[in-house]
Amino acid sequence: MSANVLFDAPGPKARVRNIIYSVIGTAALLGGILWVVLRLSDQGEFDAELWDIFNYTGIQQNILDALIATLKVFALAGVFSLVFAVVLCVARLSVHKPVRWVAVAFIDLFRSIPLLITIFALWVGLFGSMTPFWALVIGLTIYNGCVQAEVLRAGINAVPKGQMEAAYALGLRKTQVMASVLFPQAIRSMLPTIISQLVVTLKDTSLGFMVLYPELLHSARLIANNTPVNGVYPFVQTVTVFGAIYIGLCLLLSSLATWLEKRGRRTKTGIAVAAAAEPAETPGVLDPSAPLGPSTEAETTAALPGVSPSDEVDKKD
Amino acid sequence: MDVLLDNLSLFREGFFGTLKLTGASAIVAVVVGVIIAGFRVSPVPPLRIFGTLWVTLLRNTPLTLLFLVAFFIVPKVFFPDLDSFLLATLACGFYTSAFVAEAVRSGINTVPLGQAEAARAIGFTFTQTMRLIVLPQATRTVVPPLSSIFIALTKNTAIAGAFDNVELFNVSKTLSNDGYDIAMIFLWITLAYLIITYAINGLFRLMEHRLEVAR
Amino acid sequence: MKLRKSAAAVAAVAALSLAATACGGKEGSAGDKPEGPDTSGSKALSYDVKKDAAVDSAVFEAAKKRGKIVIGAKADQPYLGFQDQSTKEYSGFDIEIAKMIAADLGFSPKQIEWKTVDSGARETAVSKGDVDLMIGTYTINDERKKQIDFAGPYYHAGASLLVRKDEKDVKGPETVRDKKVCSIVGSTPLQNIKKPKYGAKVTELSKYSECVAQLLNNQVDAVTTDDAILMGYAAQNEGKLKVVGKPFSDEPYGVGLKKGDAALQKAVADAIKAHQESGDYKKAFEATIGKSGSEYQEPPAFTDPK
Repeated sequence: MSANVLFDAPGPKARVRNIIYSVIGTAALLGGILWVVLRLSDQGEFDAELWDIFNYTGIQQNILDALIATLKVFALAGVFSLVFAVVLCVARLSVHKPVRWVAVAFIDLFRSIPLLITIFALWVGLFGSMTPFWALVIGLTIYNGCVQAEVLRAGINAVPKGQMEAAYALGLRKTQVMASVLFPQAIRSMLPTIISQLVVTLKDTSLGFMVLYPELLHSARLIANNTPVNGVYPFVQTVTVFGAIYIGLCLLLSSLATWLEKRGRRTKTGIAVAAAAEPAETPGVLDPSAPLGPSTEAETTAALPGVSPSDEVDKKD
Repeated sequence: MDVLLDNLSLFREGFFGTLKLTGASAIVAVVVGVIIAGFRVSPVPPLRIFGTLWVTLLRNTPLTLLFLVAFFIVPKVFFPDLDSFLLATLACGFYTSAFVAEAVRSGINTVPLGQAEAARAIGFTFTQTMRLIVLPQATRTVVPPLSSIFIALTKNTAIAGAFDNVELFNVSKTLSNDGYDIAMIFLWITLAYLIITYAINGLFRLMEHRLEVAR
Repeated sequence: MKLRKSAAAVAAVAALSLAATACGGKEGSAGDKPEGPDTSGSKALSYDVKKDAAVDSAVFEAAKKRGKIVIGAKADQPYLGFQDQSTKEYSGFDIEIAKMIAADLGFSPKQIEWKTVDSGARETAVSKGDVDLMIGTYTINDERKKQIDFAGPYYHAGASLLVRKDEKDVKGPETVRDKKVCSIVGSTPLQNIKKPKYGAKVTELSKYSECVAQLLNNQVDAVTTDDAILMGYAAQNEGKLKVVGKPFSDEPYGVGLKKGDAALQKAVADAIKAHQESGDYKKAFEATIGKSGSEYQEPPAFTDPK
């Protein structure tokens, strides 16, 4: 349902009213922004000296190093989490009960522990000694792998059952059915959601501050804390600059998701592509009552209750 | 076992700290989120722009950065004597509100077209259509994603531990500094989080069930 | 469609490279006023690097092998352990002490790999071996001795209070009742000031500099930690802050190292002693915290390592 279904095409009266609302709304918005800006400039936050710190090559180099450090973690964690997700997803859909149990328990456990704690625990050496870099990468991999696994599973569940049956009828083995029939279609239909989750992965690299990994936010804090100018710590300035960097990076990824979603709509596989704007945080609900019992046809083919991507899929079919 | 028994009051404080922060932020997130979702489908363009801006900005910013804004910039704009709990609630609540707004908006999109059309046909205004017809029906589809959003929120409150708030993660750090075995601390803290997240999940299942009956 | 995607990518790359290269790019260190106090000032100091240093310690052998010694330091404490964010160089009294020790262990300043370690992460970083030595306003106490060993003390600090210049009410620890006092999570001065005897309301953040920023913002009324650290902030924000009251605790600073490494502990202690006797210690003191107003005190006697 698009927005314009919710209200009539405005007549002359409504148009006037909408214009009045628009003016008031714009005025309130601009007024609010102006007030904040004035308050800040009262306290000297817009003094050239405070912003000048970003003109130094040293600081720029510092930011660039941090950006590269962030992207390095993101690239590794992104790739690893997807690989890990495929493994977890296969285990989750396995016909062997114990394998399925382990996968369910693992996914449920790590989706309900804060990532911050997982990273911290990895770093202080719950499972042997680890450098901050690897603690961050592995922490991100475990958590996002679990989430992506659920996304993939929803995608596989959305593949029409006939596809799988036809593949088996052709004499393909289980691995072949998975690899050449189910996964390609699942990944295709879930790509926007997968990318949305990658945006979350990118944002979560900022948790590296806890384990002293020199990523973007770590460097932002140090710059804000270590370069006071005339007794003012440049928090406003660093937050503005680093916020812009993060938002830019994330938007770049999100726009990729939107573009894929649009492109996906044109294909004729009959499987709807999940909305890009959908569950960016945890696409699946933690599901304690998820069937742990014997594998029935219903279990593997029924949409997971509460998993929004599949909800979306159902609605569109 | 020692860690838990020796520091029972600390654990309790942390547990309720997390619970309090989650609850307060959830309320802020739902209220703000529904309003923002309303903005995004409203007939007034500036409100639509504001809604889109709000969601885009908050969804693409790391929560830690928002905490820096809350603790070092907000007091400058308003007044310095703001409570840490309030600031943390605002940071978590506003961040989560962007996700709630998106969930509500896609919920609105699942209400059959005919419903809104019928409402318009009998002369309802936009606010009436939303309040009486669309939102109540959207609730059903919004509830499942909300549950995962709140679970994410519970976990996100851990970041508040670094900013003058006592919650579970903060407690785990204090105890690991005191030299207790990290594996044991980790175990208990995990258990506490599991209790909270499972409780949220159960609560929402119950709600889903109720709403199904109401259909 | 394809075009738009690649256009977006090009735009992104262009924006990034612009950010990196544009704006002319000034040299030097940001934030330092040309005539302002010199927080580094210690460049003139140098120490003879011992060529034939040998210590019977696994940590030392590993460092020797990789040709670098990893030293944990603070990065946000002016005149003690401070990292200039544009040059990425460390300076301060703790940094000088670290260089002295490194020199006696056979590592030149270039062979030191600095790692910024926040207060709350110090024990973990040392016991895990993330750093070989931890030198960063590190108070020796029994709690910490359970996890790691210390060499020293090399300096005695004491908890004190930092307030705004125009503050009238707070004069010492007895006058902080119902005032907002900031310090970092789990620090000892904070535990003290929270006690009913003083009755302060506390704010716990993760860095002292964040406390100082809140103090300047009027969000808190005082910051408490060791006087040497506070003096540094007072000097860094000249004319806006002051340190009040007599020190109300004793904080002996030591060098943190891995538990059970007696040989390295002795080597570090010997190095500090040698430099105290040669006068390097005093020179370093005067070039660093001396400038922030701390009085020079004779180096404290070493405590028994056990």
